[in-house]
Amino acid sequence: MTPTAELVTAMTRFADADGDPEILSTRSGAVVIRVGRVVVKAHRAETDGDVLTAQASIVRHEALRGVFAEPLALTRLGDRWISIWPAGRPVSPDDPDVAPWEHAARLLARLHTAPLPAVGRLPVSGGPVRVAQAVAGLPPGAVAEKEITAAYAGLPDWARDRAPVPVAGRLAHGDWHLGQLVHLDGTGWRLIDIDDVGTGDPAWDLARPAAFYAAGLLAPEVWARFLDAYREAGGCAIPPDGDPWPALDVPAKAMTVQLAAFAVTKTHEDNRPLDEIQELFVDACRRISGLHHLR
Amino acid sequence: MQCPKCHGNMRTYDRNGVHIDQCEMCRGIFLDYGELETLTRLESNVHQPPPAPQQHYGQAPPPPGYGQPGWGQPYHGHRKHGSFARLLFST
Repeated sequence: MTPTAELVTAMTRFADADGDPEILSTRSGAVVIRVGRVVVKAHRAETDGDVLTAQASIVRHEALRGVFAEPLALTRLGDRWISIWPAGRPVSPDDPDVAPWEHAARLLARLHTAPLPAVGRLPVSGGPVRVAQAVAGLPPGAVAEKEITAAYAGLPDWARDRAPVPVAGRLAHGDWHLGQLVHLDGTGWRLIDIDDVGTGDPAWDLARPAAFYAAGLLAPEVWARFLDAYREAGGCAIPPDGDPWPALDVPAKAMTVQLAAFAVTKTHEDNRPLDEIQELFVDACRRISGLHHLR
Repeated sequence: MQCPKCHGNMRTYDRNGVHIDQCEMCRGIFLDYGELETLTRLESNVHQPPPAPQQHYGQAPPPPGYGQPGWGQPYHGHRKHGSFARLLFST
């Protein structure tokens, strides 16, 4: 039995729910399975139990009621932290134009404007760390390595995890994208995945759609729906009106670098060329770094 | 064929699909039926303003309040293939 299979067996037993286990994800060291009505997550081996416990307390806090799917259980199982969640319906990836962008925006706005809960030591929300990891993981000599590292080098220190984030002090999801939204029966849309929740720059949570919009991949109408809903809900990551880009520029650039770096690393490992979408993020890195003039 | 004016020898040229008979002596030109209209049509095409550029979503300036960074590029649509969903839906 492989270590993953052993883990899945232990997780299934712990879930104590009807149904056969279905593996949903084994990315970045975490294992996520569904067993009937619940989802069980084995967090990354290096997860700090104190931090995870604080993150679980944050999302259960009454100021955030209705924002996150709340954990049903959190425990240590062997060398792993395991959490159990209500299973929900994810957003269909078939047509992102009709995704519940407004719901997502309102949930993020509520998270960002919530008072900081007193749950002990609040972790720093994800974002800059992942960008730094993405660039550090680039295989030497990989295609577009020069463009990506040049764009990365132009980012301020705080966006590269080399200095504290200047706009800290707000709650943020830390790794928000459309896969971090599920619909719970009889309850509605909720954010999921607490591993990067903490205090930081909330604009980072808007960085994924912002990077897609800047790359020419997200329709302006969809972008407008998302921003309008965020602003109407009082979201504080961007100014209430006018140009949102002074707040979004650095996180969106950093996210562009991250997306390009992960894409290049993955295609390098698979010995495949970049596809058109991945090329667009490399192109954006060229424009960010100014290297497009040399092309 | 001989020139109807000076009876010089006429040579046939092909210009943009139009047969032109020109006299080697007096340089006079003879056009067959319909060829003058064809030439007129070609000429009007040359002088017509170029067709208006196709309207793309992103080529219009972004609406106020939503903006676009200097390093951004306009939306081109119909690109929801390849790794699109994976990059928008996963870490």
